[in-house]
Amino acid sequence: MARWEGPLNKIDDYRWEIPRNYKQGMRVPGLIYAGADMLESIREEQAAEQVANVAFLPGIVGYSMAMPDIHWGYGFPIGGVAATTVEQGVVSPGGVGYDINCGVRLLRTDLREPDVRPRLEQLLTELLHNVPSGLGSTGKIKAGKREIEDMLSDGARWAVRRGFGTEDDLEVTEEHGCLPGADPGKVSPRAKERGSPQAGTLGSGNHFLEIQVVDEIFEPAIARTLGIEEVGQVLLLIHTGSRGLGHQVCDDYVKALRSAMQRYGIQLPDRELACAPIKSSEGQDYLAAMACAANFAWVNRQTITHWAREAFSRGLGRSLRDIGLQMVYDVAHNIAKIERYEVDGRKVDLCVHRKGATRAFPPHHPAVPERYKQVGQPVLVPGDMGRYSYLAVGTEKAMKESFGSVCHGAGRTKSRHAARRAAKDSEVAAALAARGILVRSASRGGLAEEASGAYKDVAEVVEVCHRAGLCRKVVKARPIAVTKG
Amino acid sequence: MQPEEKKFDIVEHTGDAGIVAYGVSLKQAFANAAYGMFSLMADLEEVGEDFCRTIEVEAENREELVVAWLNELLYLVDVEGVILKRFDITDLDDDKLKAEVVGAKIDISRHHLKAGIKAATHHTLEIHRHDGYSIRVIFDV
Repeated sequence: MARWEGPLNKIDDYRWEIPRNYKQGMRVPGLIYAGADMLESIREEQAAEQVANVAFLPGIVGYSMAMPDIHWGYGFPIGGVAATTVEQGVVSPGGVGYDINCGVRLLRTDLREPDVRPRLEQLLTELLHNVPSGLGSTGKIKAGKREIEDMLSDGARWAVRRGFGTEDDLEVTEEHGCLPGADPGKVSPRAKERGSPQAGTLGSGNHFLEIQVVDEIFEPAIARTLGIEEVGQVLLLIHTGSRGLGHQVCDDYVKALRSAMQRYGIQLPDRELACAPIKSSEGQDYLAAMACAANFAWVNRQTITHWAREAFSRGLGRSLRDIGLQMVYDVAHNIAKIERYEVDGRKVDLCVHRKGATRAFPPHHPAVPERYKQVGQPVLVPGDMGRYSYLAVGTEKAMKESFGSVCHGAGRTKSRHAARRAAKDSEVAAALAARGILVRSASRGGLAEEASGAYKDVAEVVEVCHRAGLCRKVVKARPIAVTKG
Repeated sequence: MQPEEKKFDIVEHTGDAGIVAYGVSLKQAFANAAYGMFSLMADLEEVGEDFCRTIEVEAENREELVVAWLNELLYLVDVEGVILKRFDITDLDDDKLKAEVVGAKIDISRHHLKAGIKAATHHTLEIHRHDGYSIRVIFDV
């Protein structure tokens, strides 16, 4: 891919602007959060051009933004954040992505590393057995047509009603696991068909279950509020999304909105930026269908949570009461949400697109769960399977600067194909095992593709966000066992 | 390059994967695009031929037809739980195609599966005519 040679004007150490006059038609400037040492790799692909292209969207306000984990995506870059006014703006499925409500969920335990280390192999086997993963895997839920509709309307609430988890889980899930405005009538029969066998499955690609150990605590008081007491404590991180149902919703609406765009006379520099006015019937239909797919993803993470709890109990031969496995939080990182912000001194409703970006609300924000009111919304930032992940909290500065958004992960630097050439699955597994990390993958090539070398160092990504004031680092955790989809 | 021999090449892409598929005819290029996509998902030599389906796909133009065709096959993967390996395009116009596709139900004890593909995308999609045809398509993995 060609190198990007456009302007990145320094605002401060962590913010770089693409001025509005870079391309005629940009409605706002572009803004990339990054360290100076990251700019070279960012320029290696056309992701910055995508930031500029997103700035063409009708109704966009502030900046077309990208987080430090920016890399190339369809239409929008991964790591992209764009807010459009509900009154005059558009919504774009490309600003959400194919895997609607792909997200992460963190659970904490009362265990320490020595409690699980001797039985880690068994535990991993139980997890693989209990949480279907990989291509072609089907779930344990046999849902009829009516049940699918209920999942799409009610999200994680449906799962808890069916006995998968507790009310307590919902309290610490973004949107309580149910995005309002979901209308299953706006989801095509094909999407529902694709979804019905996949509820409760991990999928493939970069989706995973990861058993972690707390490695470093930066803010002990905040960590305690989040249920994390000390170094060595065992955690579980779940990363998955809306599976084939979400992909089909995206595919259906990219098609629909592409023709709608012509009707509304919207012209944009990239075909992948298909969009429609939020107030139009097409825009409303997409938002209603997207909410369904988001809810399906929450069903997925909630049911997986239940089966992971079962697997821990069986694998360790202990009761859940002993183990803990209470939720810390669940965040979406591919989603569009209607939220209220102050723009030019006026409170306005905006459609915030977060594509590979995480919501990061500050202390006392009404959407932050009661128990976290004093510390802010937990932000979960997984790294690659060989290094570490972060738990952070949102800040007031993120509300003012980035529409309450922050990074979502490490960001790839190497193509999947190149990663497979660089190492074999068995080599990756052996290298990790030598460092005390057990890994299993349902897919051939799955480990090689996800090897550390294919990713940026998530510590650098989080450091930029921390120093830029978009979030506060709370905990760093390292993996000890991973199952890859 | 000898398009009648080589079915496809892999295109390097950060985070995702793509292919350029070749064919002496456009029909063959469409078939090889499907073959290339499934090659990213599984070792096709291991896959049997006990599933067969006739499918019809419509789209606004030829480029859209490539995306619609490949996404129709991904839909079959999810709904039928199959991996496909043989593609016979029986009718092909600018805006619709009819094909017979053959493959087998996924059996994780026998098949070596690679990563799943979420969707075929419009990004840098290109149908190129030279001695034969080539189709470039990028997938969201």
